[in-house]
Amino acid sequence: MRAKVCCGTACTATGAYKVIDTFKTEAGKRDVSLEIVKTGCQGLCQKGPVLKIEPADIFYQRTKPENVSWIVGYTILGGAPYRQGLYRDNFLSEPVPLMTEIPFYKKQLRIALRNNGRIDPCNINHYLAVGGYKALEKALLSMTPDDVLNEVDKANLRGRGGAGFPAGRKWKHSKGAPGKIKFVIANGDEGDPGAFMDRSIMEGDPHSLLEGMALCAYAIGAQYGFIYVRHEYPLAVKNLNLAIKQAEELGLLGENILGTDFKFTVDIREGAGAFVCGESTALVASIEGERGFPRVRPPRLSEPGGGPWGFPSNLNNIETYACVPVIVEKGSGYFLSIGTKNSPGTKVFALTGKVKNTGLVEVPMGITLREIIYEIGGGILGNKKFKAVQTGGPSGGCIPEKYLDLSVDFDSLISVGSMMGSGGMVVMDEETCMVDVAKFFLSFTQSESCGKCPPCRIGTSQMLDILKKITSGQGQEGDIERLEDLGKKIVAGALCGLGSSAPNPVLTTIKYFREEYEEHIKDKYCRANVCSGLGVYTIEHSECFLCGLCKQACVFGAVKELRNKFFIDQDYCTKCKACYTACPIDAVKVEKQKHYSVQR
Amino acid sequence: MDIKPDEIIGHIGEVLTEKQKKRGILIHAFQKIQHEYNFLPGDALKALSKKLDIPMSDVYSTATFYKQFYFTPRGKKIVRVCTGTACHVRGASKVLNKIKDEFNLEEGETTPDLSMTLETVGCIGCCGLAPVATVNEDIVGEIDMKKIEEIIEAVRQ
Ligand SMILES: Cc1cc2nc3c(=O)[nH]c(=O)nc-3n(C[C@H](O)[C@H](O)[C@H](O)COP(=O)(O)O)c2cc1C
Ligand code: SF4
Ligand code: SF4
Ligand code: FES
Repeated sequence: MRAKVCCGTACTATGAYKVIDTFKTEAGKRDVSLEIVKTGCQGLCQKGPVLKIEPADIFYQRTKPENVSWIVGYTILGGAPYRQGLYRDNFLSEPVPLMTEIPFYKKQLRIALRNNGRIDPCNINHYLAVGGYKALEKALLSMTPDDVLNEVDKANLRGRGGAGFPAGRKWKHSKGAPGKIKFVIANGDEGDPGAFMDRSIMEGDPHSLLEGMALCAYAIGAQYGFIYVRHEYPLAVKNLNLAIKQAEELGLLGENILGTDFKFTVDIREGAGAFVCGESTALVASIEGERGFPRVRPPRLSEPGGGPWGFPSNLNNIETYACVPVIVEKGSGYFLSIGTKNSPGTKVFALTGKVKNTGLVEVPMGITLREIIYEIGGGILGNKKFKAVQTGGPSGGCIPEKYLDLSVDFDSLISVGSMMGSGGMVVMDEETCMVDVAKFFLSFTQSESCGKCPPCRIGTSQMLDILKKITSGQGQEGDIERLEDLGKKIVAGALCGLGSSAPNPVLTTIKYFREEYEEHIKDKYCRANVCSGLGVYTIEHSECFLCGLCKQACVFGAVKELRNKFFIDQDYCTKCKACYTACPIDAVKVEKQKHYSVQR
Repeated sequence: MDIKPDEIIGHIGEVLTEKQKKRGILIHAFQKIQHEYNFLPGDALKALSKKLDIPMSDVYSTATFYKQFYFTPRGKKIVRVCTGTACHVRGASKVLNKIKDEFNLEEGETTPDLSMTLETVGCIGCCGLAPVATVNEDIVGEIDMKKIEEIIEAVRQ
């Protein structure tokens, strides 16, 4: 009997280790032999801690230590599901015992995350048991470097880190570069807020990354590898270090790999908290120990003079490398049979925001946004109305409802003004203010700008100033046009990808939600009631049950009490929103400013 | 402080010059110092500059570029409120404001008695449980008013 307990970050936070401890004592008490496997993230973060019991293959969610003795009794001793611990859509629907039958997992197809949640990342034997390092063996013993490269090229594996540049083409560049010494670099900076797929691969399945990098090194003739990991991911660093050590011991990394004369070593470099260091040239500068300033290209990384210390290098994203062993082992045909013509394979998304089931989902490309949000994600939280979905993080854009049936792949996302990015997918409902969201992303990029080039340094802070004005009720006629104009100039003038994509969230929200900008500026009103400083605050007397919390909350003394009524004195009200937040039954209303016109 | 460039730089050291090696471990050295002192004390940086033969101005300009490094002592408890996208959409600013009010701190500030430092972070990769904060190494997810009280309580101890 085996219990596979998710020990990803989210499940750990909700108490996975307590559950494990209880399993141990419970198993001891009843004298059952139970193997506990601590796996990486299993995906359904919202419902953690999650675990699977094998071989019965029963999936449990929100497992509390109290439930463990039931699970041991019913499932481990009796082979039957323990109903109360199973997944169900809501409390009226039938519980679902099998993981593969749960709506969240049903439409998923796992390539990059194939082992995540199945194996213990700290034990190389687990990886070997699920067929790990088979691809490397196949490549070294029966394929030439060119064979490997051609297979990846034919599979049209597009970079999963953002822009979707074909990995095969990139590999060819680096292979063709003169020079004996070459590097393979894995980009695990994952600075994009709201994305955590690279983390879960590094933490939950580090060997598939190492195997992918080794295959790349073999194909392009590299000897040294780097994994650049952001310092906020200490567990990733720990598991990767362990994996490297184990692989070296078995002769899968280091000198004479698998008895051939292929040599490849991997070192880890920890980032130090700068978003721009995910950009390829800035990452190189950071590896060299310099400030993470982007450099002018050419030379590209794959050319002499481009990589760290000038050695030609190949840089790919973590998820990209994790797909490589599958392509080499099963052939490009398998990979091409999944996804769309121009975007084959799968993509991992971090589905978050106002959806019911948040977490990591891996889906074939070409699936629609609606399928991801409604079928996998279970729809909008609290049955609110969908407003937009943001993809691509700070470089991406907001996609409105009319494109819900859009196929999710590199090209169609770009066609609506957004992009794949690293795979963050944030769902927004009617309570999200689009101007506020634009301001949020811009303040992120503005504070992360390295400051080397003026369009990005000065331009983004100008745009941010305008957005701040608009959201605080100081917006003026012409602000929207100023934003558009500035945005276009920054896109054209910035040195690196950070600056040239920074205006995207603003430009797409203006494109699709212009009326919300206009409301903020002309009517001084925020329909989502997010921006304080806007609207007219009143108390609806028919709803108010006289608890007085709004009066307590208002530090400006604007809430006045009459004999049996509260009302807001507009002369004192600063629109700080404190009363609105305090009222337990939403009796405080925020309304549009009324425009009275004088009849002549 | 014990810093050995050859060990830290790893396998790649085989093809680098002494100078490149020393420069290449600079960020790692900062991390090591900060791990020890909780911030980067001026004296330690001076010693490092000597040891690695990198001018002090260069040492400082590199250290200040990265967000991870601090130049003043920090609190015993470090509270980081995530203000990443997922957390923002699910109300991170409320959490942040409440903690700011409670301790009378702004982001990046430390209480005078060095008991706590308040910070924000871009994302801690636990977005499924947004809004999220960390107290030292512990992650607190799905924060509501009750959990804020718990955080405050944990810091006050
Ligand atoms: C500002 C900025 C930040 C980036 N951050 C990351 C990152 O965190 N992770 C990543 O894989 N790629 C990031 N990229 C993209 C990389 O520069 C590079 O294109 C990518 O790692 C290449 O890998 P791929 O071809 O496998 O996608 C970033 C780009 C820019 C402009
Ligand atoms: S675009 Fe921004 S981040 Fe990129 S080089 Fe210019 S200032 Fe730096
Ligand atoms: S919005 Fe602020 S100032 Fe106005 S009544 Fe409410 S609490 Fe008072
Ligand atoms: S956005 Fe807060 S944990 Fe990711």
